Amino acid sequence: MTEPKDARTAAKPPAPDEPSPCVWESGLAIKPVYTAADVEASGGAEAIGLPGEYPYARGIHPLMYRKRPWTMRQYSGFGTAAETHERFLYLIRHGQTGLNVAFDLPTQCGFDSDDPMAEGEVGRVGMAVDTLADVEEAFEGIDLNRITVSLTINGAAVPVMAMYFAMARKRGYDLATLHGTAQNDILKEFIGRGTWIFPVEPSVRLVGDTMEFCARHAPKYSPVSVCGYHIRESGATPAQEMAYGLSIAASYVDHVLARGIGIDAIAPGLSFNFDIHGNLWEQVAKFRAGRRLWAKMMKETYGARDPRSLQLRMIAGGGGGGLTIQQPENNIVRGAYYALASALGGTQTMALCSYDEAYTIPSERAARLSLRTMQILMHETGLADTVDPLAGSWFVESTTNEMERLIEALMEEVKSRGGMIRAVAEGWVQAEVNRQAYEREKLIRAGAVPKVGVNCFEEEEAGPDVEMHPYREEETGRQIERLRRVRRERSGEAVRACLARVRAAADNGENVMPPVMDAVEAYATVGEVCEALRQVFGNYREPVRF
Amino acid sequence: MTPAAGAGADPIRVLLAKPGLDGHDVGAKLVCRALMEAGMEVIYTGLRQSPAAIAAVAMQEDVDVVGLSILSGAHVPLCRKIAEALRSAGVREQVVWIVGGNVPPRDHAALRDMGVDGVFPTGAPFDSIVEFIRGRVRP
Repeated sequence: MTEPKDARTAAKPPAPDEPSPCVWESGLAIKPVYTAADVEASGGAEAIGLPGEYPYARGIHPLMYRKRPWTMRQYSGFGTAAETHERFLYLIRHGQTGLNVAFDLPTQCGFDSDDPMAEGEVGRVGMAVDTLADVEEAFEGIDLNRITVSLTINGAAVPVMAMYFAMARKRGYDLATLHGTAQNDILKEFIGRGTWIFPVEPSVRLVGDTMEFCARHAPKYSPVSVCGYHIRESGATPAQEMAYGLSIAASYVDHVLARGIGIDAIAPGLSFNFDIHGNLWEQVAKFRAGRRLWAKMMKETYGARDPRSLQLRMIAGGGGGGLTIQQPENNIVRGAYYALASALGGTQTMALCSYDEAYTIPSERAARLSLRTMQILMHETGLADTVDPLAGSWFVESTTNEMERLIEALMEEVKSRGGMIRAVAEGWVQAEVNRQAYEREKLIRAGAVPKVGVNCFEEEEAGPDVEMHPYREEETGRQIERLRRVRRERSGEAVRACLARVRAAADNGENVMPPVMDAVEAYATVGEVCEALRQVFGNYREPVRF
Repeated sequence: MTPAAGAGADPIRVLLAKPGLDGHDVGAKLVCRALMEAGMEVIYTGLRQSPAAIAAVAMQEDVDVVGLSILSGAHVPLCRKIAEALRSAGVREQVVWIVGGNVPPRDHAALRDMGVDGVFPTGAPFDSIVEFIRGRVRP
């Protein structure tokens, strides 16, 4: 089982005296040796600056991890709220400092657990949420301002965020001081991941409604986490990931500015989610260049003044696209290197895909191992000793400069296409990413890009040594029973009246968040709220391109 | 569209579909391109197709192959419904039915019992899919 398949799989050494060519995924050709002249030639050292100072290449805080470790926030959730609650408590007991909630596909796509579209999918890839009762149970007893919660919800963000706020309010939290994050980046769902519901334009308007609502009522809450992550997972290069992510953020900003809200009321609520697999140095350059571009764009294009508007805050994590089905234990080692890329890139929050994730919902053991990987990096290796230890490296500063220019050029291309909303609605970005995915896949399959266990150092495998997460079908019945009980016990008349107000607000352009808050407090379901919005906005029709 | 390698033969027609709510379509799109490069005609449905819709397209487009891509773990209940839909559309016996995605080995037998002809989990070589289709459709 562990014998090499044949001798061909051993890597070939390069010819003597001849450096093997090295080109990053984003297209940068890398030299064998860098000097001060390369930094000068690539744009100089002026933009390096200091950590915590504009343009923030070296990190958004002056003391970074010397003052505060990154937040450790594994993505988790499955089955019912009760099962997920147990996993949350388990992770917190083991030192996790934030929660990153996985919802099942029916919840993400706006269907109730008893909808025919939900058959076979309830509680499978995340927690099933139908009503406020589920949200209350999932977070019971958890201090929401100490363990900050990130909701991975996009298409159905409006009702689910409203449920989270309603739950917090019922427990005595003041929305004015409530911390937390929602993913709520619908534009990237059209590019990758696919949990869209409504057409592109009304979808962006709903994101705008949540941003406006938070700017006015929950200013400490981050209503949007813009995800380059899933664009990268769909095949984009690191430069495309950053460029498309920043362009998406600009689209949301433009949309909300048009409502007459100031840039410094919006921008601090935007955070980012980026990927960490691939070439370690390329990721580091991507993050340092991305921070600089965001700061410059916010200051120069949008006239932001509040330093928090200029600081690109992020979760840099995951790395699923780099993990392999083959020899799954290798993913533990990959995870550790990805964590290093994230930390050297200056992240605020980290999460790692677990080694068994290509097969199953992570086991407790696998999830704990991811957490321990981050803890070892933070506490044992000296990683946190000094801020941005790579600063001043001729190689790192040159490639940061070069990545910045690559990303900028890609952002210009999006602009020339009429901006991100149009580029997504027309399917242009999707086609760019799909093409890139196919080219990359061909290189991997041809062995031109080495992938251990996949195209070199392969082994005959009898089958994975991973513990499969049991999907309990009886839990679906329990969830549906619970949903029906809530429907019986609530006031049907109150729910109908609330939903009518949701439709009216959607129809006449008012912010839908206040009536949706009322609706979910009356125990309207995720499906009912989304259906009310569907009646006004219709369904998205996917431009099928590949 | 590229003509099939076999001179004069009509190209093999393949329907690739994403049933259920799963939005992971990178693999499905890669397979679409690989099959086209191998000279096949490919119809891709996009996301969230119901079993009835998939069966209807299979019938209307007179395809030789129905391929499903499922990464959500819901392949067993979804395939059960799709087997029924293909049967009621009257195409079950005429098409080669293959399934790809996140399908662990322990479920392969269950899918074969429902009538799935070939299972190609994530990472399966494109060539193996092409060869399988050619072997079954034009043996």
